[in-house]
Amino acid sequence: MQKYSVFSLIKNAFNGHKDWEVAWKDPTPKAEYDVIIIGGGGHGLATAYYLAKEHKITNIAIIEKGWIGGGNVGRNTTIVRSNYMHDENALFSEFSMDLWRTMSQELNFNVMFSPRGIINLAHSDAQMNAYSRRGNSMRLNGIDAVLLGREEVKKLIPMADFSDDVRFPIFGGLMQPSAGTARHDGVAWGYARQADSMGVDIIQHCEVTGFDVSNGKILGVKTSKGNIKAKKVGLCVAGSTSILAEMLNMTLPIETHLLQACVSEPIKPLLDHVVTFGAGHFYCSQSDKGEMVMGGDLDGYNSYAQRGNLPTLQHVLTEGIAMFPFLSKLKMLRTWGGIMDMSMDGSPIIDKTHIDGLYLNCGWCYGGFKATPASGWTFAHTIAQDRVHKLNAGYSLNRFNTGHLIDEKGLGTKTWIS
Amino acid sequence: MLYIKCPYCGMRSQNEFAYGGDATVKRPELNKEISDQEWDKFVYLRKSPRGKHIELWHHISGCRQWFKVHRDTLTHKIYKTAEIREEI
Repeated sequence: MQKYSVFSLIKNAFNGHKDWEVAWKDPTPKAEYDVIIIGGGGHGLATAYYLAKEHKITNIAIIEKGWIGGGNVGRNTTIVRSNYMHDENALFSEFSMDLWRTMSQELNFNVMFSPRGIINLAHSDAQMNAYSRRGNSMRLNGIDAVLLGREEVKKLIPMADFSDDVRFPIFGGLMQPSAGTARHDGVAWGYARQADSMGVDIIQHCEVTGFDVSNGKILGVKTSKGNIKAKKVGLCVAGSTSILAEMLNMTLPIETHLLQACVSEPIKPLLDHVVTFGAGHFYCSQSDKGEMVMGGDLDGYNSYAQRGNLPTLQHVLTEGIAMFPFLSKLKMLRTWGGIMDMSMDGSPIIDKTHIDGLYLNCGWCYGGFKATPASGWTFAHTIAQDRVHKLNAGYSLNRFNTGHLIDEKGLGTKTWIS
Repeated sequence: MLYIKCPYCGMRSQNEFAYGGDATVKRPELNKEISDQEWDKFVYLRKSPRGKHIELWHHISGCRQWFKVHRDTLTHKIYKTAEIREEI
């Protein structure tokens, strides 16, 4: 594989950049693979990469219905964080943070990881107490957390509304200084390029139409490009999980809902951090191009549409303007939607299934992007070793049956309520 | 914007409604031994189809009645709305 560096850039400049190798190939599927990963998003690509790198399994196919990076890995708001209270989530997402910190070097691809800090605003004394508790829990798990008073928040984000007569005055906030953002497309491309170089077949525009299961064991998948045999199959398809589950006669604790995001026109550097509104569901950061990147609530009803409705967008931006009044003066550049696999306790599932050789990775709700490296790493371990790693042991499929829920937000089973 | 026909009030914008989830889920019968599996199925497991979905909506800013909506989760086309006791 060609190494990307300033020297290779200069070298290729001499011949007009005509001789760059393709970043990944476009193979036709083989008759059989050791592992098939369904879903060429961030999690699927990362899984294949870590299977090849950590477990030396390279006879792998990634099957993607659309094109790699065209789903949620290219539709999120690029936030990377580990500010969780429950041990399972905290340890898992902090492991992910460790992988984020070295990802650009490891993948030889600039994922532009920018640990600019995330600030969760608090708007009441009670919320300050809750954040204090969460911050202490984070610190006990080795994650950096700083409780900020109103004046400290004002120094960091003076453009927020600090007037006294607002409906939700800012009391302070909880900050995780090591959190930040990353270039989401770069993550997909970086993993794809490395996986491809280790022999992984990335098969795009290939839809899974069924499964070959016999005597409780997976034998292969049926696709629009023919039947492919496999010893093991991993599902990494986010919002499409329930569709594939139906083909397998499985019913999962998952509902598919639509989440929107949007960016404003680009403006000069203004916002140095990721900031979340504490009295609703709104978050905002500024991209390197200067756009304000914003997101918030689900559309509120089961949806596979991959495009959003205006009432929700209006509601979310109303919260945004309450937090940052200057946003009202900006034009909207783009809005889009992605379909989320909302689990019934808000936490993901990375586990084996009752079908031998079939593995499940789903339920990422609002937080799939930041988990990409750890999800791939633990899912690769689960597939290769046929057992869960201690980092994803809590993310079991049967926890809903046994009552060992990881209900970080305490929302219960109405996944569309936020 | 969805426009939903409340069986009691007629066509209104979605802003007046709250969503209530899959309407085909049945609570286990009362006064019977209920297994963990049955509770699991009732509380957590959802088919979440891409396509036709029978669901509950609440006319929360109107007559405050719950009712059923037959809707497509991909196109958002609404085929039918009905009172809660009616079959779709």
